[in-house]
Amino acid sequence: MGKKLIAAVLFLLLPLSFAYAAGQDYPLPNPKDIMARPAFPKADQGLWPCSQCHSGMPVNYKIRKLTMMHQDVVLKHMPGGWCFDCHNPTNRDTLKLFTGQTVSFDQSYLVCAQCHGFIFKEWKAGLHGKRIGMWNGKKTYYQCINCHWPHDPKFKSIKPFPAPIRPADIK
Amino acid sequence: MIQTIKNFIIAWGSIFKGSAKYYLWLAFLAGLMAVGVHAYIGQAEHGLIMTAMRDQVSWGFYISNFTFLVGVAAAAVLLVVPSYVHHDKPIKEIVIFAEMMAITALLMCIMFIMTDLGQPLRVWHILPPPIGLMHWPSSLLAWDVLALNSYLFLNIIVVFYVLYKLSRGEHYKMKSFVGFLIYLSIPVAVSIHTVTAFLYNAGFSRPFWGDAILAPKFIAGALSSGPALMLLVFQVLRKVTDVKIEDKTLFRIATFITYALAIDLFFIGSEVFVSFYPGTAESASIHYLFFGLHGQTNLVPYIWTSVIATVVAFVLILNKGTREKFVTLNTACVLMIVGIYLEKGMGLVIPGFTPDVLGEIYQYTPTATELMVSLGVWAFGAMVYTLLVKFALPVYTGKLRFASSGKEDIHEVKVVRPHVEEVPEEQA
Amino acid sequence: MKDKDEKKIEKRELKINRRTLLKGALAGAATTMLPLNRADASFKDFWESFFQKHFREMTVAEKQQVVQRLEQEYERKYKKAIQIGIEPAMPGVLFGYGLDLSRCIGCRTCVYACVHENNQSRDPQIQWIQVLRFKHGDLMNWEKAEKYYDPKQVPEPGYFYMPVQCQQCENPACTRACPTQATWKEPDGIVVVDYNWCIGCRYCMAACPYGARHFNWGEPGIKPADINPVTHYLGNRPRYRGVVEKCTFCIQRTRKGRYTACVEACPVGARKFGNLLDPKSEVRYAMEHKRTFRLKDDLGTHPKFFYFFDFEAGERFSG
Repeated sequence: MGKKLIAAVLFLLLPLSFAYAAGQDYPLPNPKDIMARPAFPKADQGLWPCSQCHSGMPVNYKIRKLTMMHQDVVLKHMPGGWCFDCHNPTNRDTLKLFTGQTVSFDQSYLVCAQCHGFIFKEWKAGLHGKRIGMWNGKKTYYQCINCHWPHDPKFKSIKPFPAPIRPADIK
Repeated sequence: MIQTIKNFIIAWGSIFKGSAKYYLWLAFLAGLMAVGVHAYIGQAEHGLIMTAMRDQVSWGFYISNFTFLVGVAAAAVLLVVPSYVHHDKPIKEIVIFAEMMAITALLMCIMFIMTDLGQPLRVWHILPPPIGLMHWPSSLLAWDVLALNSYLFLNIIVVFYVLYKLSRGEHYKMKSFVGFLIYLSIPVAVSIHTVTAFLYNAGFSRPFWGDAILAPKFIAGALSSGPALMLLVFQVLRKVTDVKIEDKTLFRIATFITYALAIDLFFIGSEVFVSFYPGTAESASIHYLFFGLHGQTNLVPYIWTSVIATVVAFVLILNKGTREKFVTLNTACVLMIVGIYLEKGMGLVIPGFTPDVLGEIYQYTPTATELMVSLGVWAFGAMVYTLLVKFALPVYTGKLRFASSGKEDIHEVKVVRPHVEEVPEEQA
Repeated sequence: MKDKDEKKIEKRELKINRRTLLKGALAGAATTMLPLNRADASFKDFWESFFQKHFREMTVAEKQQVVQRLEQEYERKYKKAIQIGIEPAMPGVLFGYGLDLSRCIGCRTCVYACVHENNQSRDPQIQWIQVLRFKHGDLMNWEKAEKYYDPKQVPEPGYFYMPVQCQQCENPACTRACPTQATWKEPDGIVVVDYNWCIGCRYCMAACPYGARHFNWGEPGIKPADINPVTHYLGNRPRYRGVVEKCTFCIQRTRKGRYTACVEACPVGARKFGNLLDPKSEVRYAMEHKRTFRLKDDLGTHPKFFYFFDFEAGERFSG
């Protein structure tokens, strides 16, 4: 039993320790070089800032299906997780880390980095994800949420561009 | 010098004198050439998109014809060696017609290359540095340009020098500079076809072309199909002109062809075995050629026609009874030419590109434009050869003689075959 | 030493003289060869373009002169101002490319971004990037590669994709084959073509093991509105009929420090670009941390285009 517990704890700690180790290798890009996060969905319909509704509401930690609001958010990321794994229950206009530290929405990649340490390292190194601009100078880093919808981060399939014309049909 | 030029012009005049049949033949060729020119104008206007060539199969019918004709040009060596090295008299009497065929074939080669170029006006870029930027020795195409042009000029010099000497009733000496050029033309003849084979060998991304036997196979094929063409031409020549060619000479050439064809078949067999047996991904091209690949079979009829034609030709020419009978000999020659033309042309160039380097199969079949342009070039070749023969005939048969002194004095001699008689230092 | 220099200069002069001689000799011929559809271009322009020197043989002043003439030519043709750059290679730079096969979804976004950036002919169609589809288990079984896949959605289950473009070989088969030196490798490793020197023999296409070279079989067809006016002489300036073209790592962008168009277009970030001589570059990271391979490396062409799969090579388990 004890062994299993130690193994389980180690297993859980592993990603975190990797994330920590990874964080040492490559410096974070200058915040100015990180692409602005996409606008919040429905922000134009008055859904931002979150605090305008949530500030007075009691915090409900129970995992459940949302029926009143945010029905479009179906968490397909980290099954068994819940909003407050990432969203800050005490200040809804921010995110939080496992350590309890508050993080702004503009730095959401720090939240992702908690589990995806290697990807975070490679993102900083310039491998994972995408950068545009200068290969030898100023570039803009796409951040995680520019490509991955955090509640369902897997890429969706898309329609490909048309196939090339076969040589026999080039006239 | 002025005298020589004058004499040349007089001899040149002879090409305009001929029977109605002669003019009809020329008009027929001119008609075919007009078809070719018409098609080429279309190609020049719209670009090579008028051909069936595309990125996947970037060389086609033009280069196939080119490859075959390099062989025809090189084949003159089969008569040059016995006549100049072994002083085989009957062959020496007709070697000049073989050399003219080499000139013709080379001119056709150049035309096929020109029609294949995307920017023919820029062709001078291929000249050596003071003018162009020839990429020598890196590019095998640069080697090919050098070899083909050297061989062309060698043959032109030799043919016209021999005619010049003949026209004055003189004999050329093998120890002279021209003698040296004649000897030089032997390795150069071998080199033109070798370099052309290396041109394909160098395309190492296309395994179908990557076998070391390609150059020897090219030469063996050339030495059978080229002289086969000459055999047919010689028979026409002795029929329509005063040129006397004995049956014995033709049969001797047929014997040479038999050896060459046997070696050619052996080489083809070796190549097919090596390509087929391992069944690796590199066998895809030869599978496509012989049996088709993934249901794409457009080259299969070509290659089996070629195989059957070549084998039947070999049987006919191997057997002494059929070899020394003109009906069967000529059948063999025609079959051989067809067989090797298909095998060395379409059967070599197209499978190299099919499947292409990324595995795509594009079925290439020449378009009408390509066929008409090629027809025009062949007609041009026939025209050039006819005119060359017509130009040479009066001198060759001895009807036209110029005094060796500087005098303007033309006298006709009734000797039919005066040259290569009594050439003491050559016999020695 | 001085002697040598003098000889060089003498040689130069000789060269010029010979060229002038050739010009004289061809003067008559050229006038008759003047194509009718170029009647709007002045004879002088035709003359200068016919005798235009090889790009590498031109001085900077000559290059500028040629560029000016070409810009006018293009403006007449496309009714649009097109600028042609002649930026040389940056010192200490050797361009390299990385492509993450685990990420590519075969959407062909890069193909069309490239077509637009590099002014490829739309009709007849020319595309510098070819995306191949393989079944799982069939990587690089070329015969089973499919270029013309056209599903409703990508990626398709059971398949993966491999975009192929010019691999910018260090030992290119194509430049070796070219009989006129119209294609060569620049000091920053990009293999380029001088579209005004290429004679269109297509020997380079027969030599290239990657199908990366494309020929203008017909007159390149692009609507003037679609033309990208920022070009490079050796890159994306409009091409002529009858010449060969190829990927140049977007030389007009990368020589100014920008990423290539395909890198910026890729929706999954599978494409990496950078300086192979810079240990901190993205490509170097890929080379050092991933299991990279090069296409048909057995042919000895030494491509500077690295394919890789996205997981750590060893490091993760080394303790």
